[in-house]
Amino acid sequence: MSATMDQGHSFGGVQARAPIATDTTKISIENLDFFYNDRRALKNVGLLLPDRQVTGIIGPSGCGKSTLLRVLNRMYDLYPGQRATGRVMMEGENIISPDVDLNSLRARIGMVFQKPTPFPMTIYENIAFGVKLHEKLSKPRMDERVEWSLNRGALWGEVKDRLHTSAMGLSGGQQQRLCIARTIAVRPEVILLDEPTSALDPISTLKIEELIDELKNDFTIAIVTHNMQQAARCADQVAFFYLGEMVEVAPAAQLFTAPREKRTQDYVTGRFG
Amino acid sequence: MSATVPGPAKDMTAAVALGRRRMRVNTIVKVCCVTATAIGLILLASILFTLLVRGVGGLSLTVFTTSTLPPGSNGGLLNAIVGTLIQTVLGAAIGTPIGLMVGTYLAEYARDSALGNTVRFVSDILLSAPSILIGLFVYQLVVSPFGGFSGIAGCLALALIVIPIVVRTTEDMLTLIPSTLREAVIGLGAPKWKMIVLVCYRVARQGILTGILLAVARISGETAPLLFTSLGNLNWSLNLSKPMASLPVTIYQYAGSAFQDWVQLAWTGALLITAAVLAVNIAVRALLRGGK
Amino acid sequence: MPEKSGHLVRSYDNDLKKLTDLLVRMGGIVETQVALAAEAVIEHNAEAASRTVEEDVKVDALEREIEQFVIRMLALRQPMAADLRQVVAALKVTGDLERIGDYAANVAKRSVVLAQFQVPYSLGGLSHMINLVQEQLRTIMDALGTNDAEKAVEVWRSDRAVDDIYNTIFRELITYMMEDPRNITPCTHLLFIAKNLERIGDHTTNIAETIYYTVKGEPLSDARPKGANSAYAVIRPKE
Repeated sequence: MSATMDQGHSFGGVQARAPIATDTTKISIENLDFFYNDRRALKNVGLLLPDRQVTGIIGPSGCGKSTLLRVLNRMYDLYPGQRATGRVMMEGENIISPDVDLNSLRARIGMVFQKPTPFPMTIYENIAFGVKLHEKLSKPRMDERVEWSLNRGALWGEVKDRLHTSAMGLSGGQQQRLCIARTIAVRPEVILLDEPTSALDPISTLKIEELIDELKNDFTIAIVTHNMQQAARCADQVAFFYLGEMVEVAPAAQLFTAPREKRTQDYVTGRFG
Repeated sequence: MSATVPGPAKDMTAAVALGRRRMRVNTIVKVCCVTATAIGLILLASILFTLLVRGVGGLSLTVFTTSTLPPGSNGGLLNAIVGTLIQTVLGAAIGTPIGLMVGTYLAEYARDSALGNTVRFVSDILLSAPSILIGLFVYQLVVSPFGGFSGIAGCLALALIVIPIVVRTTEDMLTLIPSTLREAVIGLGAPKWKMIVLVCYRVARQGILTGILLAVARISGETAPLLFTSLGNLNWSLNLSKPMASLPVTIYQYAGSAFQDWVQLAWTGALLITAAVLAVNIAVRALLRGGK
Repeated sequence: MPEKSGHLVRSYDNDLKKLTDLLVRMGGIVETQVALAAEAVIEHNAEAASRTVEEDVKVDALEREIEQFVIRMLALRQPMAADLRQVVAALKVTGDLERIGDYAANVAKRSVVLAQFQVPYSLGGLSHMINLVQEQLRTIMDALGTNDAEKAVEVWRSDRAVDDIYNTIFRELITYMMEDPRNITPCTHLLFIAKNLERIGDHTTNIAETIYYTVKGEPLSDARPKGANSAYAVIRPKE
């Protein structure tokens, strides 16, 4: 009898209900609105990024998921006519207020883009570039830092013999890992990944995903992805965005097995039309 | 064959007729294009051929070792060659940094601003302005207030021609850099000027260099802006405050003269300039190919 | 499906439909099996008994087909959310149905043995139990075809009644066996038949839980009706 019972209860229940370990919140987004000139791209968004966890952000194109990342490290400041209102709190500070020092904010919140963007310099210089912006390191210390970050970026073994050759000679997947290593080298607290594998082949993609899994021990990570399976594989919690709204956020297992919202359900099952 | 598929596929005779008509039109257009190309090539070849036939005859060592002398005394073009070199190099040296900075301003700081658009518009006008106007402008600004024609006035006139060319190529090359690369640099916490100097210039280096070389090729053959500025000098002179000889002006003066040996020197000078411009152009192409 | 709107990829809808159809077909065969088994027991119909066992081949074949179809869908479609629940549910339901079929076949086999004995008392309790289980099975197959969580809950609750009857029959049969040792053989078979019916009820309840989870996305509450307490029943022979 008890065997029958266990059978009946193992299905779906345990996984889906596993509570997410929210020790602390790294970034808390409250009532965030974002405007491209007059177009409202984010509508009253609220979302918590738990410390040292991976938050996956999914949704159809133009739903505001990339915009959210661009708010978090103030990339939108580069462009006139873009503005954000609301609160994005990181350690008691509203990072979208105008008097934040952007350069040091961006050192704390690093970003990796969809297409690999190696700088036209050597591999070593690519890593050292960001470090030099914020720290003065002696040559041996810098060597150490380069090795450390390339190691964390799971690239050291592949490039240690050609650190002083151009980074443009690396494969797409290696270039992307270089970009991640370059971001890590600055020692940020948060890493934002904007569709980091959409330009890569499946094997490179898996390497990056493995890397993300490794990195979440030390960094808080937010990853925007078009690939739901990727979000399911990488993320601890997943947020679904639609038309600028944060529709639902839940532990990945729950969002992909039993979403609460109809719109999430339609999106993850492929019913949007 | 499915009857629902529209188009000529279901009617063989219509398809054949349509095919024939397309072939005919294609032939006509092709003939027109080839003819136009041939006319252009023939004209160009005849110019080069005449230049070569007439110019090679006068080529000798004295051309490079002797200054211009009165007719009949076996003079050369040394002062003109050196004058052109000095004015071209100085003109480019003055114009390039200014052009570079304006181009950077347009691409990086004023992409959509009203001031930027105005500057871009003015620069484009300057790019296509008749070069004699530039000569007259410098004449008014430098030559007449400071008492006379001078090499430096020639340099300034040439610099004015360099600026819009460098502005345009610099802006184009910087605009070509994908915004993701800029954001990657900014995203690391770099201030904007570091992004421009350390990354953007590096990426655009090839293109910017090409623009500068094209500008050099262009000014090395300019006559009109020099007529009212450095004037030309029949004697050996390296003094920038005095009138200075230059190849194009010398060619202009000699070619119209009545003396056989001067006319010959004019042809030779023309050949030299053409060869130099060709060399620069080839260098540019080599650079561009090296970048690919 | 909880949703009316179709998938962007239409063949996906067809696959899901086919999956439901296969399950309903399997359910239909299993229902027949149980009905035949009931006939075999109550009316000593040996022919019905052998047909019950024959049907089991079809059920096993369908189970394999559904399993392969589910694995194929998991591999090729990577179903998510409600689809994922439905596909995995199919895998579980097909397992439960296969077990129900096996129990029915077992009941039929025992009925053949039972026919050789003179059973000295009425089989009224047993036939009531069979009716209840059959009713449950029919309702649950309806619920499966229409994704009706309410019906599933209804079945889930009614399992209590089956368990109660089972307990009664259990005590009754033990009493008969104590009264006359010659009853032991037929009563043991009857006991197993009742036990099998009770297990069919349990598997039906499992299917109900699966359907509920598929439709609602959350497990049916933990307070499952537990009626079968024969495991704790001790009946001492009178002195």
